Amino acid sequence: MTSGGSTQRPIRVLLGKVGLDGHDRGVKVVARALRDAGMEVVYTGLHRRPEEVVRTAVDEDVDVIGISVLSGAHMHIFPRILELLDAEGARDDILVVGGGTILPEDIEALEAMGVHRVFGVDTSLAEIVEMIRGAVAGRAPR
Amino acid sequence: MTTDWRAERERWERETVGPFAARQPERRDTFETVSGIELDRVYTAEHAPRDASAEGLPGEFPFLRGPYPTMYRARPWTMRQIAGYGRPEDTNDRLKYLIANGQTGISIDFDMPTLMGFDSDDERSLGEVGREGVAIDHVDDLHGVLDGIDIGSISVSMTINPTAWILLAMLVVVAEERGVPLDRLSGTTQADIVKEFIAQKEWIYPVEPSLRLLRDMITFGADHLPRWNPVNISGYHVREAGATAVQEVAFTLAAAITYAERAMATGVPFDAFAPRFSFFFIAHSDFLEEIAKFRAARRLWARIARERFGAQMPESMRLRFHCQTSGSALTAPQPLNNIARGALQALAAVLGGAQSLHVSGMDEALAIPSELAMKTSLRTQQILLEETGVADTIDPLGGSYAIEALTDRIEADAQAILDRIDELGGTVACIEAGWFQQETADSAYRFQLAKEAGERVIVGVNRYRDAQAAPLPFDLHRVDPDAESRKIAELTAFKEERDRALVDERLAALAEAAAGDGNVMPATIAAVRARATGGEIVEALRAVYGTYVETAVF
Repeated sequence: MTSGGSTQRPIRVLLGKVGLDGHDRGVKVVARALRDAGMEVVYTGLHRRPEEVVRTAVDEDVDVIGISVLSGAHMHIFPRILELLDAEGARDDILVVGGGTILPEDIEALEAMGVHRVFGVDTSLAEIVEMIRGAVAGRAPR
Repeated sequence: MTTDWRAERERWERETVGPFAARQPERRDTFETVSGIELDRVYTAEHAPRDASAEGLPGEFPFLRGPYPTMYRARPWTMRQIAGYGRPEDTNDRLKYLIANGQTGISIDFDMPTLMGFDSDDERSLGEVGREGVAIDHVDDLHGVLDGIDIGSISVSMTINPTAWILLAMLVVVAEERGVPLDRLSGTTQADIVKEFIAQKEWIYPVEPSLRLLRDMITFGADHLPRWNPVNISGYHVREAGATAVQEVAFTLAAAITYAERAMATGVPFDAFAPRFSFFFIAHSDFLEEIAKFRAARRLWARIARERFGAQMPESMRLRFHCQTSGSALTAPQPLNNIARGALQALAAVLGGAQSLHVSGMDEALAIPSELAMKTSLRTQQILLEETGVADTIDPLGGSYAIEALTDRIEADAQAILDRIDELGGTVACIEAGWFQQETADSAYRFQLAKEAGERVIVGVNRYRDAQAAPLPFDLHRVDPDAESRKIAELTAFKEERDRALVDERLAALAEAAAGDGNVMPATIAAVRARATGGEIVEALRAVYGTYVETAVF
């Protein structure tokens, strides 16, 4: 389906919490900010498996997956998400972004392996909104 | 003749403030606490009309001035820096290091699998074993954490919630096997399951069976553990999830009310367990508001205990609390600033009358704390106690017009929230409707917007930023990459050495106890003694109770 400029569908974002981590203040604040910025937001809730997140993302036809990790397990979670997206053939359609308590060197490593952008805990909502808008606009039309 | 302070203040506003402010305007139109309470320009005697029943003296109802008559003059607060990472021996090393540096109580942090009831070899534990805390699969792991530490004399606090009853059973078995009488055990299991559903989000079973497990810990403690606090009713996590100071007080006391009701429903009188209720609040960044909050919580609980539950003993009415400086107030940029934040927040805790204290590490916006960060936190506490003199007179800010006015305001607002919770059908109904969760998310979002608008300044983050990121001024704690695989290998070997038939028999007996309405603690202790793992115990009860599923709101 093609769409003209004025009837473009809103950006669709899936926000997810993977693993045993229960810190959900940040992900909920981001969810609300994206919604207030006119995006459609699906939030998975806590303690999801990577398979569930990727399945939901494909089913919901989202543009972006955002994963919040404050447990330190990010180096296990993100590669798995990317691998599952590859298996679905959806890697080019869905941008993966992330945020949480993540060391600078790990952020570098995650971005090198294909996570579009990883944010630390003091990032402003405006910056996140702008990044997502820019990244989605910059992608080839589908 | 007494002064009419209201009239006097109005005169001062007109004659002195007006012309002065016309030349030099104030910095803002209104000034609010971090929780949104609007502050007056100045407080005077008019704001805090006092009488003995509202104020009292330390160690007496309503405990506004402090829970004990002598406070820190007799017994300084317990310096209790939390520790936990890697395998049991790693955490044991850290605990011994802290004790050697003057720490006076110990506090154990567990990894996510232990907190959530999964063994280290469960696939859901992958990547999380020993990462945020220590991995405890069975009683011998707890023996390892406490190796060489005299649990008959030092108090042991365990930050553990949905699996708290298992860790308590493990500690009981450790004591038995070391020959420490149970009446010597002192310390705390956090076990505050209500705030898990509201804020920290560590859960296993649905609300009712989760409350029943806690009820059993409370009544078991009343019978067997006279110096143990079976529950540490916590506002810390509610606040970290975004709640205001007033919500922190109200939600915490709502949980306490619920636990009291459940225990009393088994026929145990309030005065038999309430003296062992302990509380846990945050020390956040708004200095005066926090001091007032601690005092308000003490007076409000005393009133609830006496008026709602008919408490007879003063010990049932006095609120004792642990305090931790805010983790979320720490910043990743310019991390040395966090030492100043920790010191100021710790000062608020001491001026508010805390019984024990953890100062969060300067590096905790980046990683779990290093040895140096924890030593600096401990030294911060020691400087407060030994150098500043603030511990030498009780409740030194009592009678301050501003503090008393804020104390009254926080208490009244928290009481209004408690009334609202009752109207909505009580704590459990509010959890199940997502009410607490929505209220907390609303506060978190408001705070974030205020921060982004620059109305809330975070030094080094939204003001006074560095032009370019500087290298870290200290080394961070490094996760041992082999700890997880070693822990799993050790667990495999451990399982092979057990009497499997005995474990199965004890787990079956435990499931049977859980299906009935008796106390599950004896059957849990028996299973732990037979070397059942935490994960096995959790699964045995999951078959009876099922799993909690949250409907997330934002």
